[in-house]
Amino acid sequence: MHIENNSLSTEIEQKEGINSARCYQCGKCSAGCPMAEDMDYTPNQIMRMLQIEDAGTDQKILTSESIWMCLSCEMCLTRCPMTIDIPRVMDFARQKSLELGVCNKKSKHIIQFHKAFNDMVRATGRSYEVGLVVDYKLRSLQLLQDIKVAPKMFLKGKLSLVPETSPSVGKVSRIFKKS
Amino acid sequence: MKKVVGFYPGCSLNGTAKEYKESVLALANAFDIELKEIPGWSCCGASAAHNVNRKLAVSLPVLNIVQAINAGMTEIVVPCAACYNRLAVAQYELNHELNLRKEVEEILGAPIQTEIRILNIIQFIQEYMSDEIREKVVKQLGKVACYYGCLLVRPAKVLGFDRVEDPQTMDEIMHTLGVETIDFPFKTECCGAGLSVSKTDSVARLSGKIVKEASERGADAIVVACPMCHANLDMRRGVINTYYNANYKIPVLYLPQAIGLAIGLQEKELGIARHMVNVNLSHLVSQLSHQTQNEQ
Repeated sequence: MHIENNSLSTEIEQKEGINSARCYQCGKCSAGCPMAEDMDYTPNQIMRMLQIEDAGTDQKILTSESIWMCLSCEMCLTRCPMTIDIPRVMDFARQKSLELGVCNKKSKHIIQFHKAFNDMVRATGRSYEVGLVVDYKLRSLQLLQDIKVAPKMFLKGKLSLVPETSPSVGKVSRIFKKS
Repeated sequence: MKKVVGFYPGCSLNGTAKEYKESVLALANAFDIELKEIPGWSCCGASAAHNVNRKLAVSLPVLNIVQAINAGMTEIVVPCAACYNRLAVAQYELNHELNLRKEVEEILGAPIQTEIRILNIIQFIQEYMSDEIREKVVKQLGKVACYYGCLLVRPAKVLGFDRVEDPQTMDEIMHTLGVETIDFPFKTECCGAGLSVSKTDSVARLSGKIVKEASERGADAIVVACPMCHANLDMRRGVINTYYNANYKIPVLYLPQAIGLAIGLQEKELGIARHMVNVNLSHLVSQLSHQTQNEQ
């Protein structure tokens, strides 16, 4: 894998204005993180790894499961004594990981779901849950999961069978194209 | 004459959270308010866009802000906490990051106005209803746990709404209705949000903690303001109960449903029967006792 000459930490500082060197490893982010126990590196470990500014360590971050486990709940930022915007660090790492095509293999279902969601919005200007879940299931082949709740949801009138299209779908497609 | 307020329903309120929309509209109607949808509104990009592309994540909500302003709206109500968060964050970032603003203007192909008030459901109720709520109360609700989730309160610097670790506003609305709220340390713990479909086990663990604590602390219902939280606490109850090897039956109401029940709106117009976890109204709602009525 090729990582640009700049370290990930430098890139994050230049593009997002976040200085990872300010982290002094108090660990509050990881203590409050609801997903820390499912992660391969906890949020404070990711911050420490950024500080090392070594290509191999950067690669570990970009190929980690952690960046896809992050729920963007923002608890880490809320409790960080240095107010380091860790959720945005995670966003940046996810985007970079996708760009370089080095995403964690075990996270493929999460990534497939994000892609299914975005494709749906690009196509109709709105997200349509039934279509989204069907699309995700075809991509991920997780066909049986959720099958138990679907009939009841249908009876409760929670599932509409026809997707809505936003009158602004043209503008939405333009945003997708130009972003 | 009816007051008219701008309204961004968002995709969930037209889909799996239909009962949230029904109850918001029913409640607004009871207070003589017309909620007028932003013409041509589109998806705000929650919860996937920010994971793959920041410019996309900002441009999608901004398009809706622009369309609301073009329609002459000066404030909009955004009941979905996720949409509220995306819209408010995009507005803040555009106002604070000049480069980003330029990029988004180029994407949308025009200079952008962002001057509009964005109200979440709690702010809407506080501003438009709180003076009259008390006198409309006709029913007594049991004890509730107010669950705010992440997106109404974080990031605090941007939203500047309520206390970030121990918010009070929803509790205060409940107290106005004469409803007791439990002490609840899980008010702003994450439910698992957008990983509901792609990582259901983690969602069962996180949402399960919230359901378990609310149940064990004696609440008769959990009150929420977010379709994603609702889906995880209600629709995912089966996997929660399996994960915790339990049988939690505590129902999950949207805030306007709880208020609606207390002011005597009909079960049907509030969409109460649409929840996956059955709401036992004879247990949850009772007539006001004379004593409470006299106090009012």
